[in-house]
Amino acid sequence: MELAEKGTVVRKENIDIAKGINFRTWQQKLREYKHQPLSLLLKLLMILAMVLSVGVLILLIGYILIKGVPSLIHYFPSIFSWEYTSENVSMTPAIINTVIMTVLSLIIAVPIGIFAAIYLVEYAKRGSRLVKIIRITAETLSGIPSIVYGLFGYLLFVITLGLGYSLISGAVTLAIMILPLIIRTTEEALLSVPDSYREGSFGLGAGRLRTVFRIVLPSAVPGILAGVILAIGRIVGESAALIFTAGTYAAVPDSLTDSARTLSVHMYALLSEGLYTEQAHAAAVVLLVLVIGINALSGFAAKKLVSKGN
Amino acid sequence: MQKAKENIMHILFLVSACISVIAVVTICVFLFANGVPAIAEIGVFDFLLGESWKPLENQFGIFPMIVGSLYVTAGAILIGVPIGLLCAVYMAKFCPQRVYKILKPAIELMAGIPSIVYGFFGLMVIVPFMQKLAGGSGKNMLTAAVLLGIMILPTIIGVAESAIRAVPESYYEGSLALGATSERSVFFATLPAAKTGIMAGVILGIGRAIGETMAVVMVCGNQSVMPEGIASGIRTLTANIVLEMGYAADLHRDALIATAVVLFVFILIINTLFSVLKNRNKD
Repeated sequence: MELAEKGTVVRKENIDIAKGINFRTWQQKLREYKHQPLSLLLKLLMILAMVLSVGVLILLIGYILIKGVPSLIHYFPSIFSWEYTSENVSMTPAIINTVIMTVLSLIIAVPIGIFAAIYLVEYAKRGSRLVKIIRITAETLSGIPSIVYGLFGYLLFVITLGLGYSLISGAVTLAIMILPLIIRTTEEALLSVPDSYREGSFGLGAGRLRTVFRIVLPSAVPGILAGVILAIGRIVGESAALIFTAGTYAAVPDSLTDSARTLSVHMYALLSEGLYTEQAHAAAVVLLVLVIGINALSGFAAKKLVSKGN
Repeated sequence: MQKAKENIMHILFLVSACISVIAVVTICVFLFANGVPAIAEIGVFDFLLGESWKPLENQFGIFPMIVGSLYVTAGAILIGVPIGLLCAVYMAKFCPQRVYKILKPAIELMAGIPSIVYGFFGLMVIVPFMQKLAGGSGKNMLTAAVLLGIMILPTIIGVAESAIRAVPESYYEGSLALGATSERSVFFATLPAAKTGIMAGVILGIGRAIGETMAVVMVCGNQSVMPEGIASGIRTLTANIVLEMGYAADLHRDALIATAVVLFVFILIINTLFSVLKNRNKD
């Protein structure tokens, strides 16, 4: 309360003024609503909608935790045994495959995405035709449904290139899928680096390349990281694009050309077989916890970017 | 030496930037090259408007699936847009900072939950509920629409919220100064000004809903016949692909790819609409 200087008594009116000219107590609001039923209705509808949305989220998380954790405990430790059999329905291979798939896709997509963003922000002339085309295609890519990616991956990698249902087919398909996300977040991160950084670097005699790698990129790391973490979330949750590219084989593969199911695909397989609902519950818990963790991480990285910007 | 390095990296950046162009072209080429001949073989009208899908009898009419996809998407929009819009208004204009700090991550989390988990939730919670409500198996158009309505909420809330925030505060203040209540000012002065941005969000939501696969396939019933009402089971374009691709061969397989082509064309139209609206918003 800046209005209340040292020694003066903090008066209620002063606090009200400090809160804003338009501040009203709830009694005043109530009196106003009596004459304005529409406003009251709108306010109630908004709160109802918000409660509904958050309620559904809480219901979903609550349901999966309440149903899933007991079955996770019930099947422990066999559900985490090293090899998958139809008796233990282990999800360990699927978890390992998810990690492998994530790493592979990121190895392919992150450098390409960052380089593309560097080109768009640091090199390309503003408003050039090529930049426009690149932006339109990146937007198109981000709108394509995952099942279409799946079919495309199936046609190109599995059939035409003869890779079969394999880790690598799935990873490249996913890499294309997350590419626009990485380009966009990196672009935003690069754009948020003030121009004075670049000018300072150029002024000291550094070349463009050195400026990009030594000055601009390090300042943009939290933003890029937030995008990469979001991409990890998409990879972990993806199933439609993987069923027809990486296949549904439930073991840790020996090579890149072997089929492998990730945790999401594992869950789909369990549900479509219809025999393992309990185990699907357990897999859902692990998947949900993973996704919540990834989201929290991404939020944390983004917050770091904001605090740095200030 | 330094100059050469600069040039090489410049080219490398350029090539990386062009990968997304190459990817879109390759996707188009592969889908169309495999799908269009199949459509030609089946016959455009028999394929698009044929009402019976019987792969064993060589009947490949995807009209029920097109209708199914459109109905379910329309239902999802009917459910998701009003709720999402009200949430967006609340979050942008009425919500105290402390509450916003909880709501925003919650909505972001909703966007991050995998569709297979949504599908599972739909199968385990919404389907039994519908069973009690409407009888039958509970796997029907309404179930799918409700689930998709939930799934597109974060998309619509996110886009609409930033559209509302982009409207100059003076609109709201001017309306307040004329004596309108806070709610009236937001809904009748700010909201109309954010119309284009909100439309863009709705279109994005349509794209999400029409392309959603794994969640829908679990709750829509998957009957490949013309739907008779909101309580009848349906099959969407996406579900058709994911259900039969595993064992399809020859013309059946190509017909499924052609289904993806139809879906892809839908998405391209939606994308174009979206970018047109977005550009208009910028001006």
